[in-house]
Amino acid sequence: MSAIEETLGQTVAAVEVRKSSMPTVARLVLLLGLLVIPLGVSDFVVFQVTTVLIYAIAILALNLLTGASGQFSLGQSAFYAVGAYTAAIMMEVYGVNYALTLPAAGVICFLFGFLFGLPALRLSGVYLALATFALAVAMPQIPKLAVLEPWTGGVHGLVVNKPEAPFDLPLSQDAWLYYFTLSVAVVIYWLCANLLRSRTGRAMLAVRDNEIAASALGVDLSLYKTLAFGTSAAFTGVAGALGAIVVQFVAPDSFTFQLSIAIFVGMIVGGVGWLPGSLVGAVFIVFVPNLAEGISKGLSGAVFGVILFAVIFALPHGARQIADWIAKRLPR
Amino acid sequence: MNHSNSPIEARPILSVRGVTVQFGGIKALNGVTFDMQRGQVLGLIGPNGAGKTTLFNCLSRLYQPSDGDILLEGESILARKPAGIAKMGIGRTFQNVALFPTLSVRDNIRIGGHCRSRGDLVSDALRLPWVLREERELDRKIDEIVDDLDLGGVADREVAGLPFGTQKRVELGRALAAKPKVLLLDEPAGGLNHEEVYVLGDLICRIRDAYNLTVLLVEHHMGLVMKIADHVVALNFGSKLAEGTPAAVRSDPAVIKAYLGSEAA
Repeated sequence: MSAIEETLGQTVAAVEVRKSSMPTVARLVLLLGLLVIPLGVSDFVVFQVTTVLIYAIAILALNLLTGASGQFSLGQSAFYAVGAYTAAIMMEVYGVNYALTLPAAGVICFLFGFLFGLPALRLSGVYLALATFALAVAMPQIPKLAVLEPWTGGVHGLVVNKPEAPFDLPLSQDAWLYYFTLSVAVVIYWLCANLLRSRTGRAMLAVRDNEIAASALGVDLSLYKTLAFGTSAAFTGVAGALGAIVVQFVAPDSFTFQLSIAIFVGMIVGGVGWLPGSLVGAVFIVFVPNLAEGISKGLSGAVFGVILFAVIFALPHGARQIADWIAKRLPR
Repeated sequence: MNHSNSPIEARPILSVRGVTVQFGGIKALNGVTFDMQRGQVLGLIGPNGAGKTTLFNCLSRLYQPSDGDILLEGESILARKPAGIAKMGIGRTFQNVALFPTLSVRDNIRIGGHCRSRGDLVSDALRLPWVLREERELDRKIDEIVDDLDLGGVADREVAGLPFGTQKRVELGRALAAKPKVLLLDEPAGGLNHEEVYVLGDLICRIRDAYNLTVLLVEHHMGLVMKIADHVVALNFGSKLAEGTPAAVRSDPAVIKAYLGSEAA
């Protein structure tokens, strides 16, 4: 347009947009890595890695809500709990096949999240964080209610049977559950990545970046905010259902707000809005507490805190920063 | 008014009929009435506090008039939700540029196409074949707009880092992606230097012709209004002061008085 603009353009306009996902090659390498992990390790390690994948799904779901639509939530443990109880009740009370409980948990949690999203429309930022926190605090009490006890098992919770590998596959129960969880995680990642580069996802990003402009372009703010809540809750619910199946047990106190905080920490450590970071965040929240305990049993909480502080201080944008750094140095 | 000059397009594309807006006891707009003809660039002028922005906000459905009506091709826009008027064919830009700062130029413009596409949550998540077709079609349209507005060099850059003048063009492109019939421009010359204002004037006329637009231009910059407007409406204290060709409005004694004070008149 003008000379001024050209000179300005060279100095300030050189910012590439940050991608929300990864290049295909990196994706394939990662998937291959995840496929070979269970080979030659103990069932306990397989169980741990399965847990990582389940948390990764939950973190991915929060990333969709916070990263894409810009809404905070400390209530993800509530959606996780609803999903877990849905799966446990369907399997143990009604004898439904475990695989069928996942879509059911997704649908129920979508409705739950969508309905919770409606009153939450009036809130934003820290106020929304508080409202969702209230949800997380309230949730563990609900399964203890006497009227629900025949289904939820009250304070004692429900024990869930561990499924066997189907079609006589030569896999241990743990290895089968790992591959089952991995398939679900891959599908959910694919759905999230699709959403973010679609009309719906762009509308959510628009709402996050500028509500007035989004509305002027015909984006229905309430619709996309509640859809984001519903979708996030649905995927969190699927994670919860997988959690119930893998851990073989649900009880009210498994789903306190500490779970919400862990998911939140995982999202920050992985990088808000960067989908692959969800896996890194999940590795962090599963293994770093163990690591901290290995360093000092008595002060494990403090050690965890120091590690978390150091990570956030060094990498405020989380694992995404490392990925950006590598991407810049790769030959094009 | 020059209704008789264009008998084929006699029906106005946009009619502002007795629009009144009251804030408490103050009437920000008092029965303002005017028509916009298809293909026109209509300049809306007036001193500070005249009600230009209030009227602009009524047209973009941010304010609800207490009386009067606004018709787009004979249909009232006041019955629609604010998010619904983009689909009716009213697009806008913002005085201080309201882009989506963390997104690329291309994605900003893509969001402009929101009201002209159908992708829903489930189809988008599954990336169904028709969604892919729709996306490809949208991308072709976006490429055209990017070319027309000379944004090719920055199309994949984050908008936050771009110079103000470029951001204004991105905003214009975003509005065009919604295929508006009427484009509302809120002080587009604000923050631009002399040379840039001229380029902007040419650009507005060019896209008006290329995209079959009718343009409402709210503007302080008299030079720009006089240069590109076909028709000018002057407001003062919430009422219409004068209306006509730029030359006629400029020499209207009431307008001169409103701008310069009574002594000068």
